[in-house]
This record gives sequence, C-alpha cells and structure tokens, in this order.
Amino acid sequence: MRLLRPRPAPPLPASPGDTLAEAEALHVRLDGTRDVLHGVDVAVRAGEVLALVGPNGAGKSTLLGALAADLAPAYGVVRIHGRPVSDWSAPELALRRAVLPQASALSFPFSVEEVVRMGRAPWAALGPEDDDAAVAEAMAATEVTAFAGRPFSALSGGERARVTLARVLAQRAPLLMLDEPTAALDLRHQELVLRLCRERARAGDAVVVVLHDLGLAAAYAHRVAVLRAGRVAADGPPEEIFTEPLLSEVYDQPVEVLPHPRTGAVLVLPVREE
Amino acid sequence: MSVLPRTPSGTEPREAAPPARRRRVPWLLTAGLVAALVVLVPVAARTGAYPVPVGDVVASVQHRLGLGGTELDRVAESVLWNVRFPRIVLALLVGASLGCAGALMQGVFGNPLAEPGVIGVSSGAAVGAVAAIALGLNFAGNWTVSILAFVAGLVTVLLVYAMSRSGGRTEVVTLILTGIAVNAFAGALIGLFLFFADAAAVNQITFWQLGSLSQATWPKVLAVLPCAVLGLGVAPLYARRLDLLALGERPARHLGVDVERLRIVLVLVIALLTAAAVSVSGIIGFVGLVVPHLLRMAAGPGHRFLLPGSALLGALVLLAADLTARTVASPAELPLGVLTALLGSPFFFWLLRRTRRRHGGWA
Repeated sequence: MRLLRPRPAPPLPASPGDTLAEAEALHVRLDGTRDVLHGVDVAVRAGEVLALVGPNGAGKSTLLGALAADLAPAYGVVRIHGRPVSDWSAPELALRRAVLPQASALSFPFSVEEVVRMGRAPWAALGPEDDDAAVAEAMAATEVTAFAGRPFSALSGGERARVTLARVLAQRAPLLMLDEPTAALDLRHQELVLRLCRERARAGDAVVVVLHDLGLAAAYAHRVAVLRAGRVAADGPPEEIFTEPLLSEVYDQPVEVLPHPRTGAVLVLPVREE
Repeated sequence: MSVLPRTPSGTEPREAAPPARRRRVPWLLTAGLVAALVVLVPVAARTGAYPVPVGDVVASVQHRLGLGGTELDRVAESVLWNVRFPRIVLALLVGASLGCAGALMQGVFGNPLAEPGVIGVSSGAAVGAVAAIALGLNFAGNWTVSILAFVAGLVTVLLVYAMSRSGGRTEVVTLILTGIAVNAFAGALIGLFLFFADAAAVNQITFWQLGSLSQATWPKVLAVLPCAVLGLGVAPLYARRLDLLALGERPARHLGVDVERLRIVLVLVIALLTAAAVSVSGIIGFVGLVVPHLLRMAAGPGHRFLLPGSALLGALVLLAADLTARTVASPAELPLGVLTALLGSPFFFWLLRRTRRRHGGWA
C-alpha cells in the first residue's frame, strides 16, 4: 500500500516566531447543536509555550482538538504550518504535530518501550531514521526508562501519563499539543513536564498546552490565552494579563495575584476566608 | 501513586532485557510452527481407514513433483490424492483464514473477545452459503457458495461494527449481546431455508451447521484459494497500523493512520477470510479466538508477528483437530465444528472471567 501513495514530505525547519498553528474566527459546534467556540483567534508560534487556561467548559480542550484537526470548524479556519488542516493528509500532519490526549488507553498489553516506539511510526515512510535514539531520549526525559519492559496496562495513572508523553516526544514533531499533561502527575513530575515544554520551545518548537494550574501557567508559559465561554478573554504574557479583576471575573471566584517574595514571579491564589 | 523511577543504575540492564528476548520469541515460534506443520502433514496423510506408510507418502509426492520417488498402487494413490491431500490443504487454508481473521477482528474492534464465530459473522456468512445450497443457485459455478458467503459475511461484519461501537470503542457487553442477536437471526434464517429445502439440500445444510471438512475435494480447494490467499496476503501489510490502532482512534490518526480507510479495508479482509473458511467447512468456532490469544501470551501483542503467526498456528490447530475428528471415533467421524467448540468454549469462559476481573466488571 505504501508504494501506491506519495511519500509524505517532512516539514521545513521553522524560524523562531513563525506561526505553526493558528485559528481564525473559529466556531466549533459539538453534537450538531452545541456551540462551544464562538469566533476564537489564536496563534501558536515557534519558540514559544502557549498555555490555554480557563474554567471548566470554557472550550480549552475543544480548541486544542480543533487545532489538532480532530474537530472540524463550523466556520472559520484552522491552519497548521500555514495550510488549512483539511489540505494535509494524515501522514503529513503526523510529521508536523504531536498530540497528547487527556486520557490514554491501550487495547492490548504492549510494553512501555513498544508504546513509546509507536511515536516513531510517522517517520517509517521516510526511510531509516534514528528511531532508537529518539525513543531512548524521550524515555529518559520523562523518567520512564526504568520500566521500559513492563506492560503499559500494569502501570499507575501517573506512569501511564508519562509514557504517553514519551510517545508524543518521540514523534519529534515541531508542534506539540498537550491536553492537561499534568493532571495525573505528582509535584515533581508536573514541574518536569513543563520544563520539558520550555526546553522544546527553546529548541525552536511550538508548544500549546491546556493547564488548570494558573501557577504553572504563570511560571512556564511565554504566553497565556484565557478562555471564557468559548471566547478568548485575554491573550498575552502571564505577567501582563494575570490580573486580579480579570481572573476573578473569568473564574467567578475572588483571586489574589501577588509577586513571589524571593523571585518576584507571578503567584495566583484563590482568596480564602479565615 | 506515581513512584519516582530513580532506580539505581545497576537495575537497568535487567529491565532492558525483556524487550530483546521478546524480539527473539517470534522467530523461535515461527520456526517451531513450521517444523510442527512439516511433521504433522505427512502424519495426517498417513493416518486413516486405509493407512499409507509415511515413506510411501513421501515417495508419491516426490513422484508427482518429478523428483524421483515411486508411484503407489492405484488405491493408495487415489486415497492420498483424491481424499487425504485435498482435505489436508483445505484444513490448512481454513485454519489459517480463521486464525488470521480472529487476530484482525480483535485488532479492529480493539477487543480481545471479538471472533468471527462469537460475534456472528460466521453464522452470517453461513446464511449466504446455505441460501446458495437451498435455492440451488449456481450462477458462478464452484464459486457461487463462496461469493454468497462473502456478501452475507460482509453485511454481517458491517452490521455488527455499526451496532456495537459507540464513541470510538467497542464495549464487551455490547459486542457479545450484538453477537447473540446476530447469531439468533442468522440461525432463524438458516432454519427457514432448511424448512423449505428438499431432503438432499437438508442433508448438506445439516453437515454445514456442524462444521466439517469430510467432503473436501480439489474443486473446493480451488474455490476458497483466491479468497484465502488474497486475505492472508493483504493482512500483514496493515500490521503496523493495527498496532497504532490499539492506542485508540484519535491517537492513531495523530500518528498518521487514515483510520476510516484502514477500517474499511480490514473489514473487507475479515469478511473475505471468514467467507473462505465458512463456504467450504461450515461454522468452525473458537479457532479465531484461541489462536491469537495463545500467541499474544507467548510473543506479545505486536501484529507484525501476530497476523502471520495466527495464520500458521490456526492451520496447525485445525489440521490437528481434523485429524482427531476423523480418527478418534473411527470408523465414524466427529464433526470438526463440534470438536473445536468442545475445546474452545471452556477457554472462552476463562477469557471472559479474566477480562472481567481486569476491567473490574463490565464497562
């Protein structure tokens, strides 16, 4: 079958600041009736970590799904590497963007290493690549090398999340889309994952990540898009847009924003009555 | 919950060993299976109401291939070439088709309990075949039964697929219940054809329902050969994509798999293989369930070995089962389908319990 189809072209290298994914006046309708996004404009640039934050049901995951080409827009357009997503074939998209889903399932008991190696599948059509190195590096970065031989189904939730992240990293796509990568993780691994995001951005990739923890977003994102009821309420560097009035209003919960006593970094805390 | 994996470096080589060993297992298994077939085929050719010594079997094959050897007496030649060999070849083809169809079906459904017999695809294909016999259809010669079995099998797979999936997954309960419904409906249709068929056709259909290879002939071999060879040849091309499908539909798409297209092609291949098996042998259950499972336990779930391996082990199992069926109660002959169901059902029970335990009840 492979012989009958043209080989997918690998992505051209991007320079910092290039827009690798963007949504323009994006409307998304789920189940044919429910409008989840109403005219969202957002751009994901090379060399930058973009965090999508907002209350439950604001449309964060839907926006990520539309950017990943999982969901078709009702109106508006989503572009990846400058071309509308519908113009790319599945193998071409796989070389350009990697997606970490919220939940990871596996039907058969593949080992951890086999799961991570699946991330290399998009490159198989392009001839021999350094698969072993990419797999080993991704497993080391997410600290899963120690259980490489164990079946995925025998792991705890947090370990599975890290293995899935290793698979996504092994794909080595210039655009990373992560849907709540920290949800199942302990403190140390939450930090580890976001440091990895920064590293990938420094290496010239574009990273878009859905986060619930505003402290993590403030600490690690170059730019944050705050979503509220299917619209972008604010978009900019966290130190500029994380203000008490905006966050209190968006989350419908009084919020304090204060500088860290030692580093001066932005801290976001809910106001708690004594 | 999550354990910090900062293990001492001394444990690393031990942890890294299993994948390497796992890579060797498929080769050993393949060699073992081929060797077992090489031994079992002459044994099956030798054994029967008219025994032909293995030496004579080899000599006769050599003679026909023009590699020396000697021609046997007329009776032995006839027994060997008109009765035993077509039956052996047919057992190998049907077993390979069923084993491979089971592995494919489990991969496509993402469910280890999917099997052509269990979810009703075999019965569906049987309806087509029975219709051809009962109505005396003969529009495509020897291939009529195969074609109708294929069409009916295809319709059934599509029906089961559409009915048992929701949100990109197949739940165990839905799949099994769909199988019950499909099997019941197919059984009713077969009953209806039986009711209206004449006595000769009734005999033929009854034999069908039990599943048997006792009426093997070379024309029958020719009738299934194209289906089986096409299906078995195409299946391994999709092995890598089936591995990715185990991650779920969306992740598979993110890794470049055209999921819709993959599904259509594989459903066609499953229907082709099931029809090939059913059209000559009737319903032989559980081979497609047991065979891929044993291999997954021994060599892991990777489809690059699982698909061809299931074909090999399926062929071996069915040849052994058929040999048992025709010798264990000789001079009478046990129906092959009865034998495989007798051995396969307990395995199915065990599998149900294990799946249930693992998922903590029926999701």
